[in-house]
Amino acid sequence: MKPKQMTKPSPFTPHMLESIRKVEATRGVRLQNEPRRLSADEKRVLLDEFHPDYGDKGFSKIEIGPNAGEKAPKELTALLHSKSRISGLDLDLNKIDFDTDVLIIGGGGAGASAAIEAKQAGSDVLIVTKLRMGDSNSMMAEGGIQASDKDNDSPMQHYLDAMGGGHYYNKPELLKHLVMQGAEAIRWLESLGVMFDKHQDGTMMTFPGGGLSRKRLHACADYTGAEITRVLKDEVSNLGIKIVDYTAAVELILDKDGNAAGAVLMNMLTGEYLIARAKTVIIATGGAGRMHYHGFPTTNHYGATADGLVMAYRAGCNLLYQDTIQYHPTGTAYPVQLFGALVTEKVRAVGAMLINVEGEAFVHPLETRDVAASAIIRECHSHKLGVDIPGGAGVWLDTPMIEIIHGEGKIASALPGMLRMFMNYGIDMRQTPVLVYPTFHYQNGGVEIEASGNTSRIHNLFIAGEAAGGIHGRNRLLGNSMLDVIVFGRLAGQSAAKAAKTAKIGSLTLNHVKEYESQIAAAKLDTGDISPILLPKYTRDVNFGKFQ
Amino acid sequence: MQEMANVYFDGKHYQVPSDLTIMTAMEYAGYQLVRGCGCRHGFCGACGAIYRIKGENKPHFALACQTKVEEGMYVATLPFFPLAHRDYDMEEIKPTEQVMMEIFPEIFACVGCNSCTKSCSRGLNVMQYIAYAKRGDYAKCAETSFDCVACGICSARCPANISHTLVGLLARRLTGKYILPPAGHTAQRAADIAEGKFDAAMTKLMAKSKEEMKELYDNRDFEK
Ligand SMILES: Cc1cc2nc3c(=O)[nH]c(=O)nc-3n(C[C@H](O)[C@H](O)[C@H](O)COP(=O)(O)OP(=O)(O)OC[C@H]3O[C@@H](n4cnc5c(N)ncnc54)[C@H](O)[C@@H]3O)c2cc1C
Ligand code: FES
Repeated sequence: MKPKQMTKPSPFTPHMLESIRKVEATRGVRLQNEPRRLSADEKRVLLDEFHPDYGDKGFSKIEIGPNAGEKAPKELTALLHSKSRISGLDLDLNKIDFDTDVLIIGGGGAGASAAIEAKQAGSDVLIVTKLRMGDSNSMMAEGGIQASDKDNDSPMQHYLDAMGGGHYYNKPELLKHLVMQGAEAIRWLESLGVMFDKHQDGTMMTFPGGGLSRKRLHACADYTGAEITRVLKDEVSNLGIKIVDYTAAVELILDKDGNAAGAVLMNMLTGEYLIARAKTVIIATGGAGRMHYHGFPTTNHYGATADGLVMAYRAGCNLLYQDTIQYHPTGTAYPVQLFGALVTEKVRAVGAMLINVEGEAFVHPLETRDVAASAIIRECHSHKLGVDIPGGAGVWLDTPMIEIIHGEGKIASALPGMLRMFMNYGIDMRQTPVLVYPTFHYQNGGVEIEASGNTSRIHNLFIAGEAAGGIHGRNRLLGNSMLDVIVFGRLAGQSAAKAAKTAKIGSLTLNHVKEYESQIAAAKLDTGDISPILLPKYTRDVNFGKFQ
Repeated sequence: MQEMANVYFDGKHYQVPSDLTIMTAMEYAGYQLVRGCGCRHGFCGACGAIYRIKGENKPHFALACQTKVEEGMYVATLPFFPLAHRDYDMEEIKPTEQVMMEIFPEIFACVGCNSCTKSCSRGLNVMQYIAYAKRGDYAKCAETSFDCVACGICSARCPANISHTLVGLLARRLTGKYILPPAGHTAQRAADIAEGKFDAAMTKLMAKSKEEMKELYDNRDFEK
């Protein structure tokens, strides 16, 4: 690739430039010395003290519903304690705008995979999505997708890595399905025309990653998610599946027997409410990065506001591990225009180390994400060895090491997206390191699912992708989310299509929304807000000047 | 004092901090974005923007989320452009020279004006990848178009009505499916798993207690 604007003045401050010289001075020695990996005990101490999940700050108690008494990030609790968007509206549920077998809420990787499978199983499928089809976290995945398809690797090895990475909280049946379907998922994507990075004989190039004991990460340069998502999206179109863009689901509709039977939709552009009736429903609404838990910036797309969790919870589903969030260790810390944007883990996988202001490597670059993120937080706030940036601190990610290890041109070929992103702001990551700080990346938990992608509490309701909880325990490994999106997306599509064959829809009702609201009132919780929020509000208050 | 810039959204004047991107500057100006904003990090192509600097003649093409505002910038956004999607069955089509002609015949009407390349928000050589597609060199077309985010600006500028991004997508799918050598080991592993070859070992692993599992995890070997 040729980055567009090559000649811009250096954007670094004198303090940063001075620190860069220290990073350069230690590089030669560091290239010869891999930092030590932490022991299990050292990791526990580090996490306890510095990982945002491990304290009570920023959390509050959920007071009503299936998870009452448990903690959640306070922003999520507020969503669960807020009124419905359709509160007090008299919607006519007999005026059906869309009638379908399988309703899929969300147009990311999980929604698209589910749609393809459900359609191929003979169902009539409708996808509704809040922004445009494909505008999603799936489109943004950079690093890659895991699968154990090499001789030195096995589903068992993959299982072990994910189970330890998830701190042994993963639901065993779900994790088994994930790892046993890994090779099949990659085969399927290849057969749809996804361009994986391969050697000349067709062998997949596989990369190492944090917490992975084998090189198991399959990639499409650093556009893995974009490449997968655009192919899936194209296939959805080719199969003639109906897609309704700019249309959010705002509540689930149940039938009189308490089974999922559709959703209330809202046209994002006009505000018009629409009724979709369906024999089965799949929630594939993704993550929550735009809720900015604990005040962190995020890597997530604009629509990541936990809508699916709110809708399912109100209808009676329980959440699992809603209190665990993945902070990606390397969000961009500087320049301000890129604040929070992801620097893919692949950058560390191919050799870049994490370095403090004095030029010292302070953690093994391939520790699991929670450990690496905590180490950076400690380095900046406890050791005071971060690099000053406007409004905070960050550490260096020593990217020039990549070119020294692998030869010139490696960054352009393996990380074209990253190179372009920084080059736009006059930072050539081949020549200088880049500044990073943890960023809100992934919601480890979600609506608890069972073995066929279903929920245990509501019939004919399935959850897939980042909105689902249980597969990854309390910490997801890189590359296991894109895999989960494909594997559990397909599974949900198959299960929903099968259930739709025998489902009988009773009369539609929104009583669960009313009942939930009376619980809010009884517990005097009303936050005065409505949820799901659908989009974050970044707009400046033009009359009173507030702008974040 | 924060440095400010004078910008114009849809022709209307606003003063905004000069370190904002076009996207965040619109939010500063008071827009609640619904269209024209997807990933906010340069991947999805929802935020195509066309701008001209006051006093200059030449238009510029960019992603609003990736581009800093400049003094005197007149901005129009392109949240959507009606591309001409054609349905095809990947199992039936093959990477022959005719297949492009059949699915996207309009590429042969390319007049070579290079407007597509000049307007690419990602700096790609768009006209070149269309040329590769015409020639049936799908691997080259795939490689050259790989970083496309489908903002659609090129199609808005094209006198031959080409949906460039879709041409690149078809070339990439043909390349991924038919031209790159297949990953035999992946298919083999998938088949082995389906036949149950790993079932016993998996059952055995899953039967381990948490303590045993921890022991295995903490002492596992790492591929170098
Ligand atoms: C920058 C970045 C990089 C990543 N890199 C990797 C990686 O390298 N490897 C990996 O395995 N994982 C990675 N991940 C994680 C992974 O990409 C996501 O977890 C995964 O894509 C989630 O897929 P999904 O289909 O569940 O959700 P998404 O892809 O986010 O799709 C959700 C969809 O639902 C829509 N939606 C939301 N609410 C509503 C509503 N109320 N009504 C209708 N539609 C709605 C959204 O608009 C969106 O289209 C990355 C994530 C990010 C953000
Ligand atoms: S919003 Fe996705 S590219 Fe700008």
